[in-house]
Amino acid sequence: MIFLATNALPGNVAETVLGRNATPELVAKLNHQLHLDEPVLTRYGNWLIGTVRGDLGESAVAVVQGNPESSVTSLIGIPLRNSVVLALISIVCLIPISLLLGTFAAVRAGRAGDYAVSYISLVIGALPEFVFGTLLIAIFFSGLGLFPPVSLIPPGTSPLADVGELVLPVLTLLGVSVAFCARQVRAGVLDTLSERYVTMARLSGISEVRVLWRYALRNALAPSVQTFAQALQYLFGGIIVVETLFAYPGIGQALVQAVTLRDVSSVLAVTFVLAGVYIAINVLADVIVVLAVPKLRTGLR
Amino acid sequence: MNDHSIGSEVLVLRGLSVCLSTGDPVVEDVDLTLHAGEILGVVGESGSGKTTTALSLLGYSTPGTFIAAGQLRIEGKALHMDESMRPMRGSIISYVPQDPAQALNPSLKVAAALKDVLGAHGTPRPGNNAAEDALRRVGFGQAKTVASRFPHQISGGQQQRVSIALALCREPAVVILDEPTTGLDVVTQAQILAELRRLRTEQGVAMVYVTHDLAAVSEVADRIAVMYAGRVVEEGPAEQVLRNPRHPYTRGLLASIPDHVRPRVLEPMPGIAVGVGERPSGCPFAPRCPQRTDDCVAEMPTLEPIGDTRRVRCIHHRKTPPVRTFSVETLPRPSEIGEQPLLMIGDLKAEHRSHREVTVAAEQISFDVNKGECVALVGESGSGKTTILRTIAGLHPIAGGRVLLDGHALPSLVNHRSREQRRRIQLIFQNPAAALNPRQTVAEAIARPAQVLRKLDRRSLPAEVARLLECVRLPVRLANRYPHELSGGERQRVAVARALAAQPDILLCDEITSALDVSVQAAVLQLLLDLRDDFGLGLLFITHDLGVVATIADTVLVLDRGSIVDRGPTRDVLRAPTSDYTRRLLAAAPTVSRTPSSANDPFPVSL
Repeated sequence: MIFLATNALPGNVAETVLGRNATPELVAKLNHQLHLDEPVLTRYGNWLIGTVRGDLGESAVAVVQGNPESSVTSLIGIPLRNSVVLALISIVCLIPISLLLGTFAAVRAGRAGDYAVSYISLVIGALPEFVFGTLLIAIFFSGLGLFPPVSLIPPGTSPLADVGELVLPVLTLLGVSVAFCARQVRAGVLDTLSERYVTMARLSGISEVRVLWRYALRNALAPSVQTFAQALQYLFGGIIVVETLFAYPGIGQALVQAVTLRDVSSVLAVTFVLAGVYIAINVLADVIVVLAVPKLRTGLR
Repeated sequence: MNDHSIGSEVLVLRGLSVCLSTGDPVVEDVDLTLHAGEILGVVGESGSGKTTTALSLLGYSTPGTFIAAGQLRIEGKALHMDESMRPMRGSIISYVPQDPAQALNPSLKVAAALKDVLGAHGTPRPGNNAAEDALRRVGFGQAKTVASRFPHQISGGQQQRVSIALALCREPAVVILDEPTTGLDVVTQAQILAELRRLRTEQGVAMVYVTHDLAAVSEVADRIAVMYAGRVVEEGPAEQVLRNPRHPYTRGLLASIPDHVRPRVLEPMPGIAVGVGERPSGCPFAPRCPQRTDDCVAEMPTLEPIGDTRRVRCIHHRKTPPVRTFSVETLPRPSEIGEQPLLMIGDLKAEHRSHREVTVAAEQISFDVNKGECVALVGESGSGKTTILRTIAGLHPIAGGRVLLDGHALPSLVNHRSREQRRRIQLIFQNPAAALNPRQTVAEAIARPAQVLRKLDRRSLPAEVARLLECVRLPVRLANRYPHELSGGERQRVAVARALAAQPDILLCDEITSALDVSVQAAVLQLLLDLRDDFGLGLLFITHDLGVVATIADTVLVLDRGSIVDRGPTRDVLRAPTSDYTRRLLAAAPTVSRTPSSANDPFPVSL
């Protein structure tokens, strides 16, 4: 489907790359070189066979520009790694923060603490990433001069080399996803808090901390796992805006570039990888839920 | 009976009042005293404040309510009835909840749950042995196996026993049991009750047993406190209260209980219990009371002592008549039975299919239902009785045999049956809350079958709805209400009215009174009997309550694991059962006609 969608885009890579110098002859020649003159079905077949073999094809743009590293796999490898680093750091911060905030809000349901968490998260959650990111830049860079507003990672260096560069993108991503996750956790914990076994635990003299931890939060985990899976998917795929804002060389940027240049095989490769990640996260989340819920794990009697 | 066990006062509650956050009292001025080794039954219908009272004893009030006043002493120590009691919970006073399936943490194995309670409040966290010991003490033979299970992996009876183990594991002085056997089948209930008696005798634990079930409480309680509209209305030794009730409400409850040992005509109490916030200034029972005078309405009667041991809150308690024992069996019955059977079930078989597995739910089921006859189908959960009923109604495919209506075979499924066939057989479900469309008013729900199955025209519908509401003794003003605005008893009567709207010849009833308070149950049962006698309605009645069977059934079929093990006229089956299974059911069924002293334990505790 993605294959068809990219092919349906007006213009093609040859025209884009050659720009104003394009003559019909040159375009035709390049098209032939890139096998773009073959029928769509044949190209799809070739791509499919290549993908199965682990070869995502060659980037048309790189070929045209005479880049020696023209295989898509090597071209998207580094942005992918950068994005994974960004997403993992975010999710590692996201889970404990949302669990804490969500549980806190649930325990204080209907009181000031709950309203504070709920309203603030609602407001932040309603802001688009670029607005929130720009706000953060305004505060931390322009105002306090703490962190750089762009994350230009020189080729060949790890994004972890300068952690300061990661702070603002991570904060932006967290701002949006914590708001969403904390509210979901709050709802889950609030549900379990009204369960009879929580009341029963209180009536059995079990301390409130333990009641919260082992009775309320423990049983609210299953729905929370799904929420975190959604957040992680968002962190992998939906960070294009954030990457663009901070000029972070991640996979989102790579995708935007590829689309602009009509670089079909790169677009395909990126979307293919993202789809794979989505599926993997969903499967993983389902496995974790089954492990977390004894009733599912042990089967119904 | 009581003399041997009554010791010093373990728990003393004085002047308890619990209010809604709006200020309306839920429970007012309740005094309770519990002696060492004693079981006190706290009895009342829904809304009487019995659970609220029970929870207050642990210093707990449900969200939306608060404990407004009261003093509590346990083992001589004065306690504040609030969360400061948490360290005492489990160790001095503990609680056994109504529905163990919901009260056990689904993520914790039985052993872990026990260890949580055993290790609460700084006591060092115990090992598996302590948890298994706690299970053994409540009669689990294979404690190790049960300890390693999750709650969903054990049966309802086992879950309740685990709850009791949780309550007893820290050897508290007092255990509060809140409807501990409601929802369990009779045999399991009898085992749990036997277990409680044993624990009381062997460990000297004092218990407060909260229930709406006078029959169950009569099997265990030494003393009984009856609650109505948030107050204790009568209190005294169990035997005396049950034999000779002084408060008209207690008498009304007793007269409403169907009993299989001495079957008698039920006397439903008029009206329904008053809700919180609409309690009158005088005696709250006055509006329903047959012996009410003007003095009753003037002011709240006090809880007056009668003799040394009893107290009653009624100014006319001397006038309360004894419960009549007007036996069902002496009643004249219209003798229409025996002509042509209305419904004939021949060699019926029903199966459950899932994937490639086929389980036989019932087979070789043959019986007749005559005009004006009530046939009861008795059995425990899983005996196949509901499946049989659904098969007759056409909701479950017939896997073998046949169902004949007036001698004509009925198609297997309801959508192949003619409108007339559908009209003649109506089904009433156990749970009226789920069986009524929440978006239909009472009038719409009742009018629908009359319109569709009887082709009544629109103009005559309102009159018909009014007639049916009167028939089930609901006020006509309820016609425009939605189901959620009604009480459980009212909803079930709407469901009955809806079934009657089709003017059926046969009514199939699936445990239709099991969720109702006894006084409402009595009213519904009486209604069905009137319909049977007045219109020759054939009834097929599913129940697990042998008291109900004795009260309304002409013929009984006892079902065990999908086949009929006992059958015959009700009095014969109840007096001289032929199968062991029936004998076990009969021995297990609680009855107010048996006092704790005469109750032996027919079931050795085993798993």
